Amino acid sequence: MSLRSPLGVVLGRGSAGEGVAHWWAQRLGALALVPLSVWFLVALVRLPLADYAAVTIWIASGWNLVWLVLLLGMMCWHSRLGIQVVIEDYVHSPALKQAALLLNSAAHAVLVAAGAYALLRIALRGVP
Amino acid sequence: MVEFTLPKNSRPDPGAGRHYAAPGGAVRPRTFRVYRFDPASGARPRVDSYELDMASCGPMVLDALLKIKNEIDPTLSLRRSCREGICGSCAMNINGVNTLACTQSCAELGGGEVRIYPLPHLPVVKDLVADLGNFYAQYAAVKPWLQARTPVSPDRERLQSKEDQEKIDRPSACILCACCSTSCPSYWWNGDRYLGPAALLAAYRWIVDSRDEATGERLDALNDPFRLYRCHTIMNCTEACPKDLNPARAIADIKRLMLERQH
Repeated sequence: MSLRSPLGVVLGRGSAGEGVAHWWAQRLGALALVPLSVWFLVALVRLPLADYAAVTIWIASGWNLVWLVLLLGMMCWHSRLGIQVVIEDYVHSPALKQAALLLNSAAHAVLVAAGAYALLRIALRGVP
Repeated sequence: MVEFTLPKNSRPDPGAGRHYAAPGGAVRPRTFRVYRFDPASGARPRVDSYELDMASCGPMVLDALLKIKNEIDPTLSLRRSCREGICGSCAMNINGVNTLACTQSCAELGGGEVRIYPLPHLPVVKDLVADLGNFYAQYAAVKPWLQARTPVSPDRERLQSKEDQEKIDRPSACILCACCSTSCPSYWWNGDRYLGPAALLAAYRWIVDSRDEATGERLDALNDPFRLYRCHTIMNCTEACPKDLNPARAIADIKRLMLERQH
């Protein structure tokens, strides 16, 4: 049982002095994902997905690679921020929370690196 | 992890509820199922059902509760004072919705039983009385008073335009009944660190007050991933408010002000 006053508990260690950046990044990321996702879905519908060569050529050509890398990065960034909030909401044991937050960041870093590597590998493989 | 279910000894004991039948010759009987818990007894909570004759009972849920307390079971504990929706004492969970028992009419609850529980996710002191210590501390933490450095002669008021007064008109009408905060899932899970809609509405009321000179300090104090940003715009607060206020809007405005001073 703690004899600390309720006000003492609420004031705690004070304000962390940050929160705006995370909140705003999540909103901006969501906004950026709207055109990128629409572009990607439209492209998917129009692509002959059964034709491996055609798809790899499409990935490597023009701005497609740029948009794809951006889409991948934004998706991973947005997902990392979102899952971080979920962990902070529901996981309360300090050690478990820190571990989950680290794992979240690491998993998304691996995801974005692997995705970018795959895209660049396709693009740089000497497509005409 | 967050506790999604109550600990075993906090769950109402289905076999322990007592039943008080309607008086003989009741014209319009109606059943009120009321949560009962007495920490001194050591027993699990239970849900008692009281059959009242609505023909001889006032129209509001508070009237029914007071009829139970006065005529059937004086051991029932509840907070009440003004019986007209201005003190905020009789906030409780009625048919699954947080509201004031004094302004909630029984007829508007439709037919069937009326289920009455204390405000959700707070420690229960006894029966319908929840422990609001943390809630009041959160209110105190936002420094709900005017902070100004400009000296004003004691025989003068601090002037405010009509338009500026209108900005604080609605937020000032909060009666601190806690219906909003205790309806917020984010407050349920993180009520120890998230200030909750009521305290944030109070903070907003002073942030937009044209006479207050501590706006920056107030925003600084809220710039925290938990204190303010645990609000996920669920909007239960606005839905629950028995005074028709809009804490969700106030929180969104605080977030906007926070962003504007940065960019």
